[in-house]
Amino acid sequence: MAQILASVIDGVLIGSIYGLAAMGLTLIWGVMNVINLSHGAVIVLGMFALYYLSSVLGLNAYAALPIVIVIGFGVGVALYWIAVHRVIGRPPLMSLLSTFAVNMVLIGLGTAFWSTSPYNVPVSLPSVSWQGYTYTGTHIVAAALAVVIAGLLYLLLYRTRVGKAVRAVAANRAAAEVCGIPTTQVLALSFGVGVTLAFASGMLIATLFPFTVLSGGAYQLKSFVVTVLGGLGNPAGALLGGLFLGLIEGVATPFMPVSWMPMIEFVLFVFVLIAFPSGIFSFTRK
Amino acid sequence: MQIARLCLVAAATVALASPTVAADNDTLTIGFTVSQTGKLNTDSIAQMRGFDLWRDQVNEKGGIKVGGKDYKIKFVSYDDESQNGRVQQLYTRLITQDKAQFLFSPYSSGLTATAAIISEQYGKVMLTTGAAEEKTYELGNKHLFQVYSPAAQYLAGALQALKEKNPNAKIAFVYEDDPFSKAVAHATRDLAKKEHLAIVLDEAYSGSTTDFGPIINKIIASKADALLGGGHYADGSTLARQLHDQNANLKWVTLLVAPDSPKFAELGAAANHISVPSQWEPQVKFKPDFGPTAQEFTKAFNTKYDVDPGYHAAGGYAAGLILQHAIEQAKSIEPGKVAAALNKMVVTTMFGRTKFATDAKQHGLQIGHDMVLAQWQMKDGKLVKEVIWPSAAKTADIAMN
Repeated sequence: MAQILASVIDGVLIGSIYGLAAMGLTLIWGVMNVINLSHGAVIVLGMFALYYLSSVLGLNAYAALPIVIVIGFGVGVALYWIAVHRVIGRPPLMSLLSTFAVNMVLIGLGTAFWSTSPYNVPVSLPSVSWQGYTYTGTHIVAAALAVVIAGLLYLLLYRTRVGKAVRAVAANRAAAEVCGIPTTQVLALSFGVGVTLAFASGMLIATLFPFTVLSGGAYQLKSFVVTVLGGLGNPAGALLGGLFLGLIEGVATPFMPVSWMPMIEFVLFVFVLIAFPSGIFSFTRK
Repeated sequence: MQIARLCLVAAATVALASPTVAADNDTLTIGFTVSQTGKLNTDSIAQMRGFDLWRDQVNEKGGIKVGGKDYKIKFVSYDDESQNGRVQQLYTRLITQDKAQFLFSPYSSGLTATAAIISEQYGKVMLTTGAAEEKTYELGNKHLFQVYSPAAQYLAGALQALKEKNPNAKIAFVYEDDPFSKAVAHATRDLAKKEHLAIVLDEAYSGSTTDFGPIINKIIASKADALLGGGHYADGSTLARQLHDQNANLKWVTLLVAPDSPKFAELGAAANHISVPSQWEPQVKFKPDFGPTAQEFTKAFNTKYDVDPGYHAAGGYAAGLILQHAIEQAKSIEPGKVAAALNKMVVTTMFGRTKFATDAKQHGLQIGHDMVLAQWQMKDGKLVKEVIWPSAAKTADIAMN
């Protein structure tokens, strides 16, 4: 019983980070109907941003978060103008290919700069032990920060004029344009925010595990599963989807080989797509 | 204009028809792939450095002497990206286009199994290093020769040492789901059963695993006090860090491959007391029949790369030495004669003893070499790797958590 509870807690802690990563993906899809295949590579950039700020410049890992967010936003807006702006409104394959190309370029450049060797950001915080199981302080802080960042996104989207503009563009770009909303700038901002969320999740993951240039692939796949669970284009659903995925991992792993989890996750992915095409957390959509 | 176009086509045809690297008469071309990128790159690059050091030393001395002629060594190598598909393409290219006369294996059992199909198909002698799984040598190959001790031996020493320290140990086997790690774990599991040691967990994980939390919860739930397993560098170093972070309460941890790399010490306290089965350590004191001693090799390697060699680098260097010796003994560069010299070979180098099985059922399998068990230990605030097993070779006592 203690093992199941420990696994559930671990699952919820890591699930909140999956959710944060997926929020970036789903926000971009929701606002501009672009499936961002460079999402995993951008998560990795967040990891390396922390590595440089923390291990090379000597900043405290958590104090580096605001800087990572600013860098992430800048990278996101730049990527929008370079690779996404011209394919908005074109057939979906165009944006898929464009963001896939960005993914390949980023991984290629990353491999050239950093090789594919593992990097490590040593972060030490007190842990909590209960019945022989240890919950690391880094996991707890990362999960808390993920929820805080998700909350800030909620405030941005639902309590600010900018957020209202983003939601208006997501609902109907032409109508938003007629109302005087500068939709192109809103799209650039939305892409920037989506990439910022990926950067932030990458940064938080880097405080927990060693990483390589290729680590983003696994988190991108999880983000797709979470996005489908939460409902495409639904950021609040993505956070719940992430927690749900983490919970499934936690509950299932005591009873089966851990190597089965990817198979189970993708069975769930297909099942939700068929049975609940709007996601199982579509009730959170406003 | 027409003539210019014809000239262009003719030039292109000639360029395409010519091999990329022509083997000239006084040069021996050796081909191999390196995992410059991908999950195997840390160990594979170390192995390549061993090859490179050997080549440079041979060429500085004028080359390999064969029948009054000196052959300089020329390498042709490509990045296999740690992928089987690339290995298949590139070994074919090395043989057919680059005209490689001899081959070294890629790093890892999985990639070598693929390369061996190609090398055998073309009858090329291939020295395998960084490829311990036995299965590849049980397929009737005649030109494949293994430098490393086979997989079954990897954790045998750790098991003996563990039994000596704690006969009632409860063992968790946690290993990467790849051919090499599975071969090691399954062989050791059988050995543990024979030794009547308790096995409380047997769990394989994907090589791309980044979060070992669920597995560590299983280890804690199993009440294991010893862990044997791991896989390669990326997963092994991650597992070691999380075992430390989550305080898995293990008295003994032996992981494959990863802790052998000097880079492993970057984990700090998480590396302390982690042991690793090693094909070779700089402290060994073999008396070589030819080539440098382990200490001379270590010094030369450190001078060139500013880092001490691990066993992957030493294995790469030894592969070169053994091939060189076989060519010199054969007095020929013909693959059949060199293979015959390798079949007869019983030698000791800086890497230890080398002898290849010659019966058809396991031709080329390494049967002369012995492994040691090394352990990271904190000494004066600094992590150092000591040999702890076998007793005859140890440089420090076994330390347990």
